[in-house]
Amino acid sequence: MSRTKTDNKEQNKTSRCRSKKSAETKNNVDIDGKRKFALMFCGAIIGFLNGFFGGGGGMVCVPLLQKVLMLDAKHSHATAILVIFPLSLISAAIYIFNGFIDSFPLLTVGLGVVVGGVIGAFALKFLPPKILRLIFAIIMFIGGIKLIL
Amino acid sequence: MNIYLTIFLYILFGLISGVFGGLGMGGGTILIPMLTIFLGMEQKLCQGINLVSFLVMALFSLIIHYRHGYIVTKGVWFIEISGVIFSILGACLAAISSTSVLRMAFGIFLCVLAIIQGIIYLKNNK
Repeated sequence: MSRTKTDNKEQNKTSRCRSKKSAETKNNVDIDGKRKFALMFCGAIIGFLNGFFGGGGGMVCVPLLQKVLMLDAKHSHATAILVIFPLSLISAAIYIFNGFIDSFPLLTVGLGVVVGGVIGAFALKFLPPKILRLIFAIIMFIGGIKLIL
Repeated sequence: MNIYLTIFLYILFGLISGVFGGLGMGGGTILIPMLTIFLGMEQKLCQGINLVSFLVMALFSLIIHYRHGYIVTKGVWFIEISGVIFSILGACLAAISSTSVLRMAFGIFLCVLAIIQGIIYLKNNK
């Protein structure tokens, strides 16, 4: 019994390694001058938007990763978080320095965000269907209109 | 408003946006409008809260994504070089902008993002 269990575990490990390898091999695009320029140009836009609006850079980043680095949907969604992490770190420092922070809502909202983030990260394996994105876009649109008016 | 209700809503809104954030679908783009529209919080404060809570959340979700092998690092450096410089610019500009201007601009940003998402959806379903 115990042996089969450990065997299973080892199999899991190897499959995990395999998936890591596939991630590397998937991204074997040659980063030529044109791509470098595209990445840097879009990086400037993503950085500015993420700093100015305090978020939303990831949404702009996903299509860039898909188009320029030829990543599939799952890899580009996960990598987008990595891309905007340093940008958010610097922006957050400037926001805190200017006093745009309040400890009580930060702690409560932050608790929700962290727990939700872990759930979301595990859920990436079962990437939500496209219809959910459309609903997400409609909610965003209504929210946007409400903020403008 | 009742203090317990406020705490409940804070955590609930955080949870919803956290799930989208962990998926890499843009948690902040729904957290900020939820906090400003439903709880009447100040725009700049929401942006600051979103940034800081994103950082903590990203640490956890990045570890999970890395373990699943979804993280790609090749080519990312080129985005960071210009991104870091312009995020400093953006954040400084936000600091000196008035709340109403920022709110309006954010509304337009959301609408544009939504329209782009809609176009991508329609293109993929043709």
